Amino acid sequence: MKLAKDYFADERADGLHEIGRGLPRADLPGHVTGKTKYFADRSIPGMLHLKMVRSPHHHARIRGIDTSEAEKHPGVVKILTARDVPHNVYTILILIQIGPEDEQVLAEDKVRWKGEAVVAVVADSERAANEAAAKVKVDYEVLPAVFDMDEALKPGAPVVNEYHGQNYYLYDSGECRKVRFGDVEAGFAEADFILEETYRSSPIEHAPAETTGCVVVPEGNDRFTCYTNTQAMFFTLDNTSIILQMPGHQLHLVGGTVGGGFGGKVDVIVEPIAILAAKLTGRPVSFVYSRYEEMQISSPRAAEKIVIKDGVTKDGRLVARKVTGYTDAGAYSRHSPYGAQKGAAHYPGPYTVPNVWIDTYCVYTNRTPSSAMRGFGVTIADFALEVQMDKLARLIAMDPLEFRFINAYRDGDMKAHRQVTEGAALIECMQEASRAASWPVAKRFYDMSSRGEG
Amino acid sequence: MPKVPVQFALNGEEKAEFVESGTSLLTLLRDKIGDTSPKGGCHQGTCGACSVIIDGELKLSCLVLAETCGNASVQTTGGLAADGVLHPLQRAFLDHFAAQCGFCTPGMIMAAKALLDRNPDPTREDVVEAISGNICRCTGYEPIIQAVMAAAQGNSQRVA
Repeated sequence: MKLAKDYFADERADGLHEIGRGLPRADLPGHVTGKTKYFADRSIPGMLHLKMVRSPHHHARIRGIDTSEAEKHPGVVKILTARDVPHNVYTILILIQIGPEDEQVLAEDKVRWKGEAVVAVVADSERAANEAAAKVKVDYEVLPAVFDMDEALKPGAPVVNEYHGQNYYLYDSGECRKVRFGDVEAGFAEADFILEETYRSSPIEHAPAETTGCVVVPEGNDRFTCYTNTQAMFFTLDNTSIILQMPGHQLHLVGGTVGGGFGGKVDVIVEPIAILAAKLTGRPVSFVYSRYEEMQISSPRAAEKIVIKDGVTKDGRLVARKVTGYTDAGAYSRHSPYGAQKGAAHYPGPYTVPNVWIDTYCVYTNRTPSSAMRGFGVTIADFALEVQMDKLARLIAMDPLEFRFINAYRDGDMKAHRQVTEGAALIECMQEASRAASWPVAKRFYDMSSRGEG
Repeated sequence: MPKVPVQFALNGEEKAEFVESGTSLLTLLRDKIGDTSPKGGCHQGTCGACSVIIDGELKLSCLVLAETCGNASVQTTGGLAADGVLHPLQRAFLDHFAAQCGFCTPGMIMAAKALLDRNPDPTREDVVEAISGNICRCTGYEPIIQAVMAAAQGNSQRVA
């Protein structure tokens, strides 16, 4: 591997000792000897196991819950419903004022997706907890459900989440995040060709090798130690503190090596209810997703729909770009309003376009709540943008790499969301990629620089 | 529930435990004996994280009943380093950066060891086949394949 230090030589000292040098990972000796400690690699005497009773319906009103048979099941220690949760309605990003609180820890009046947690059963073995969970009776009134973002946004669609009141997230900018730059209609008027395409993606499950979970041990002085594989320790600490109405000093969260996360362990799902169960039983509690739950219950990457309309000139200049993006949050916000917002800032891509119009919507449907996953809000956007770039190049019969050189952003260019480009190296990366892939471009593109007109 | 006695050798050391009938070898190793090197990724025989070697054969310990392991010789990655000296496979995984989150690693090493024990000179295809039941969701298969090949060739210099 070659490290091209010269691109930023004027910005950065080159006397770096570690950058560019291969170093062994500090955690590898533990990994290869099997000594690395994951949250579940501890056996705690007297530990109880928590299993969830989950909604079999996509959308239903809860008329009643009967736990009497389950309570009599041998080995059952405690059964929890919404009434046991001190602050049952929460949302993760309330910590940074992204409300409203819109999700119930345990469903109380309604379920809004198939798999939603309704009743937690705590027993002295996993088997007893599963058997007792099967004996909980929930009386549902099934409601019409909506699974498609276009349907969800139509007038008269079933309202998925009453905490929002409509099937989209209401930003301070209105029904969507908006970016307005230049005059997009004037740009289209200037264009020789206009291309409008729609791109769609499905939800993607992270499927980490280690499923989501935690083990909670009640300590003296009303404190609780929670061994967890969360990727977001402080989201977990603060949200648990809110949900359980418990000051932070009572919560001792212990992280460590995560057996694969990819964004799938950023939500706060298992810890609050497991800590509550440990508090109410006075015993250690383990709540670990089965593989089935990991695949069906944990948040996937959001489905997206992206409509891109571009205006391009015959000589290869992108003169107008209009994007409408839709992010399927599923039934609850979790991190999706933020993901949709990221998309709004990202959509022009690494290209300088003088006239831009972007709307991104965060839409609620009765699907599994989506959340963070590797560059959420940006990854699918890039897929759509780069496929669109290839189509545009074909439309004007231009080499797709040369088309990107012409439109690549450079230092000093104003981006559509009003950030001045600095530290750009796209042109230099494409020059290297062109050589490495034996994909030659015209000489003038090799003479270009991110630092100037070239 | 009545308990069943099980006596077997774990990495050459005698173990004797009472287990509930139906307990998996994985649960016995992790929760009773304290060898947590085999991991429970799926508990349904699909991910390979719980791989161990029983009497020379690669097995998924989540699908093996503990009570069937009487008199067996069980090997795990946790017992592979002799007197603190890494096994050549462990050395090669270390040198080739063949782990990211590490969760699949102990099972991956067992699958590789089972291969090298029966075929000390494998082709790349043999290695790919041998680890085909072990899922790495960080998708770092290429360094893993290189590590196993290097271990087989007695050559585990760092390539990073």
